[in-house]
Formats: sequence, structure tokens, C-alpha cells
Amino acid sequence: MGPQMTTTTTDRPAAGRGSAAGPASTSGRARFRRIRSEVRVLTGLGHVALAVWAVLVIVPILWTFLASFKNTTEIFSSPWTMPAELRWENWGRAWNEARVGRYFVNSVIVVGLGVAGTMLFGAMAAYVLARYTFIGNRFIYFLFVSGLAFPVFLALVPLFKVVENLGLLNTHTGVVLVYIAYSLPFTVFFLAAFFKTLPTSVAEAGMIDGCSHTRLFFQVMLPMARPGLISVAIFNVIGQWSQYQLPLVLLAGDEDKWVLTQGIADISVSAGYEADWAGLFAALSMAILPMIVVYAIFQRQIQSGLTAGALK
Amino acid sequence: MRQGKYPFVIGFLAVPVTLYSVFVVSPYLQAFWLSMTEWRGIGAPRWIGFANFERLFSDEVFWKAVRHHGVLLLALPLITIAIALFFAFMLNVGGGSRGGQRVGVRGSGFYRVVFFFPQVLAVAIIAVLFQMVYRPDESGLINGVLMKLGLDPIFFLINPNLALWSIIAVLVWQAVGFYVVLFSAGMASIPAEIYEAAELDGASRITMFFRVTIPLLWDTLQVAWVYLGIAAFDAFAIVAVLSVDSGGPDGATTVLAMEIYRNAFVYSKYGYASAMGVALFFLTITFAALTLRVSKRESVEY
Repeated sequence: MGPQMTTTTTDRPAAGRGSAAGPASTSGRARFRRIRSEVRVLTGLGHVALAVWAVLVIVPILWTFLASFKNTTEIFSSPWTMPAELRWENWGRAWNEARVGRYFVNSVIVVGLGVAGTMLFGAMAAYVLARYTFIGNRFIYFLFVSGLAFPVFLALVPLFKVVENLGLLNTHTGVVLVYIAYSLPFTVFFLAAFFKTLPTSVAEAGMIDGCSHTRLFFQVMLPMARPGLISVAIFNVIGQWSQYQLPLVLLAGDEDKWVLTQGIADISVSAGYEADWAGLFAALSMAILPMIVVYAIFQRQIQSGLTAGALK
Repeated sequence: MRQGKYPFVIGFLAVPVTLYSVFVVSPYLQAFWLSMTEWRGIGAPRWIGFANFERLFSDEVFWKAVRHHGVLLLALPLITIAIALFFAFMLNVGGGSRGGQRVGVRGSGFYRVVFFFPQVLAVAIIAVLFQMVYRPDESGLINGVLMKLGLDPIFFLINPNLALWSIIAVLVWQAVGFYVVLFSAGMASIPAEIYEAAELDGASRITMFFRVTIPLLWDTLQVAWVYLGIAAFDAFAIVAVLSVDSGGPDGATTVLAMEIYRNAFVYSKYGYASAMGVALFFLTITFAALTLRVSKRESVEY
């Protein structure tokens, strides 16, 4: 739905609205008047509430961006004014000295590989489970889907030991594999349902033409499943980008490997009285800014991707 | 579709099933076993039966955390759903009918985009953001204003009576937009004729909201409740980063996930932490089962 910012006001007399408001008889006039005043109060109240909420969302973020250009004196003495000048050096300090740049690159690597792996393996498993009958199909499917019901914290201690025993502690490989494994339940659940809805006729035609199962999957079924794949991919990108507890446990020992959420949270937690507040604000802005850009571009896909699971 | 089916099926399932078994299934199974042991992380775990659970049930911190989950479980869904429902109603049908089509208030598109945005941010980042917003001196967003006005600062995270509510407020701040979009999708699928009929019958907007929108949205509301309830059983990132001393002051905001993390990775009490994990698991499952049972009612076909 686009921005419906037409100028029609809602509290105009019903009769003036033309053909749509047919049954405006004399007996109904009192009722319409009542509805009209009620509408006015409710929409008035609603407008205020909507505007207030919009302010509540925008102001903290805007305030962070402003503070990222201030110096410490300004942050303390005039939190509500514009910075005297644009101090980009705050951003430079955060990027280099506070190592936000490093964390950022790490996040991109881990999430990039994690989502690619999740999509590939998730789609393969979902496809086979959705469209082939074989012994154990139901069992494997429920094994995957039951993962949706378990809190990750139940597995945290043994998971740490498993990763440690595999020699993958404090490595990006370990985090990527764990991300893939924990993203599979939702991915398989969602994509299996999606593959089931695809018509069988195309697949059959492909088989008659001598297409192998593997080629059929990669060249026919995957392209057909694109809308579903995009939704799940967005869901997984946001989910893995936001991950905090898994990297906190799996990467604790090597600060060079930290991801963005972990790094920024650490700067904030370890900031003492002598802290570089401007630098922290700049670091925070750096974490928020790319999300604003991505959201501005893919706003519609992100909304449908994130809510897709709930609407199933 | 017969030839070579099994090699293909096995080939496609091998990697995902292996990854899933190693990193998900086996840790979950081990957790139940570890909860019956004492283990400091070195050597073999020592079997101690239900001793961890006996200790857990007399552990004051555990009950504190459980109480906080209780508060979160009631407050988070109630507040979030109430606000989101109101906004969704405003954005979809609040503008009255125009040309026979029910529309939202002016600027609906803008509001929807803005409200949803916090959902895209990581909870850990939001926690850092609100640490700045809540700061107790004039550098905080809120207290900066209060102190300029000559008022006393509010100690959002330091006052133990306020700390948990300050955290709940942030969780609501993040969640509302998601549920506005979710409920909007549900409302969009309610046929316009039903509203028209209700309007012709003289139903007020408030009646319409309670008698038409809510019953027809029941399934979505149920999903929302389950989602928010599950979120109420997590809350790790926000508590770990936002609260004073990760769960403080003096345990006033701690949650089970926080205590699991602390016991395992700070105190190296792996067996005890696993027992907490098992308790968390049973709480979550009980909640989900109860919600689905209690809220079960005939859904309205339309």
C-alpha cells in the first residue's frame, strides 16, 4: 500500500461523498452525525498517538546521529542542540581505534557465508522432504521442525563443548556452521511448504526430457521457488546479522573475530567514566546507518519476509 | 521418477542432516544428560541425579528470574498487542470509508515504514542505544531534558523498581511495528462487506473493533501471543547489554538465559547451567501448550 495521502477528509458530510454513501435517509441523519463526531474524536486521538509513536522511534536514532558529531563537552552540556561542527574524526576513531570497521567486515563475512549455506542446504533438504516419498521422510521433517520449539539456551553449554571438540572455537567457520544449523528449522519448514505448492507438471515434463534429479532441482525448481527463497533469505540475513549470544559464546577468546553486535555491546559495557562517548555514538551510528539504507531499499520485501513465518 | 531416487535423496540430505545433528540435536540431547551431572568443564561429568534441580529450586536467583519471566510474559504481549492493534486499526480502517473502500488515516504508509524499522536492528544494538537514552546524567536523552527543566533525573536502570519496566519498554518499542504489520495483513483480508454491513446496522467504530476486527483476527492474535511469549522467555541480549551488571541492580532484571550464561561461562558450572536450561525448556513448552489450549476457540469462517 502506497502512502495514501490524498486530501479527502473523512469527517465531511456523508451525503457529499457521492454515490458510495447511498442509504443516507432522513432517519439515518442523526446516526451519521453521531458517527461523524465519534470519528472525529477517535481519529484525532489516533493521529496524536501515531505521531507520538513515530517521534518515539525516530528521535533516539536521530539524537544518536547528532551526538556522533559532537565532542564530550557538547554531549553533556547541550544534548539537544546541533553539533557545532561535523566532527568526522569521531567516526574515524570508532572505525579504526574502536575497531568497528573490523567487526563490520567480520559480520559481513559470517552472515554472507551463513545465509548462503543456509539457503543452499535448507532448500536441498526442504525440496527432498517436500517432493519425494521415502522411508524416514516424516521423521526427518519433524526432527527439523521440532527445532523451532526449543530454546537455544538449553543447548548452549553442550554446543560450546561440541564446537570446542571440533577445534572450531574462535573461528568464523565454527560460527558459520552453527548459524546454518540453527537456521535450518525455520528454513526447511518454510521452504518445504513452498515447494509443495509448486505444480508437479513442470517437474514431470523435465523428467520425461531426461533431466536428472539434481539438474531438475537447480535449473527448474529453484528458479520457480524464487519468491519463497527471497523471503527466507531476508529472514535469515536479519536473524543472523542480529545474533548476539552465539558469537558471544563461540568467539569469546579472539577479539579479532568478533561480529558487530558483540563488538559494539562490548565497547558500551566496558566504557568507564573516561569513556569516549562521541566515539561510542559514532560506532552506534555506524551499526544503524547500513540498516536504514538496506531498509529504505528493501522495505517491502523485508516486511513481508519477516512476517512471512507468522502468517503461515 | 524412480531411477536413482535414493542416491539423490541421500546426497541432498547428507550435509543438512549432519550439520543439524551435530550442532543442534546432539547438544539438546546432551543438555538433558548434563543437567544430571556436576561438571566444571574438565574431565568427565560426574552423575549426581536430581541434585542440581534440588539446588535450583532453593536458589533465590532462579526464582527471581522465573518471576521476571512471569512479569515479561504478561506485560510484553499485553502492552505490545494493545498498542499494535490500535495502530493497525487506525492505519487500515481508521480513516472511515471512501468510495466504499475502508482506508487508513492519512500518512498510513509513512507510519508503517517508520514503526517497523526497529525490527531490523539487532537487539544488542538497540540495548546500547537505550543505554544512552536512559543515562542517569545530563548526557542521557530523557534526563538531559528533565534536568534542563530543573527536574530530578530518573534512574531508569539503577532504581530496582524501575529497571525491569525500563527494559520492557524497550522491548515494546522494538516489537510494536512488527505486530502492526502483522495485524494489518490480517485486517486487509477481512472483507469490506462485513464492515459495511456493521456500519449499516449502526455499529460504532468501537463496536466494530471489538465485534468484527478482534474475532476475525483471533488466529493472528494467538500467533502474536505465542511469539511474544517466546520472546519473553529469551530477553538475553537486552538484559545482558542494557541492564546494570547484566541482570542487576542486584538481580532486579535477571532472566534465566542470563543466569545460564553466567553459570556456564563465568562460574564454569556447566551441569548447573544445563539444569537451568532444562527448566527454561519446560517453562517454554508449558507456556506454548497452555496458550494454544486456552486460546483455542472456534475460528470464524469468512
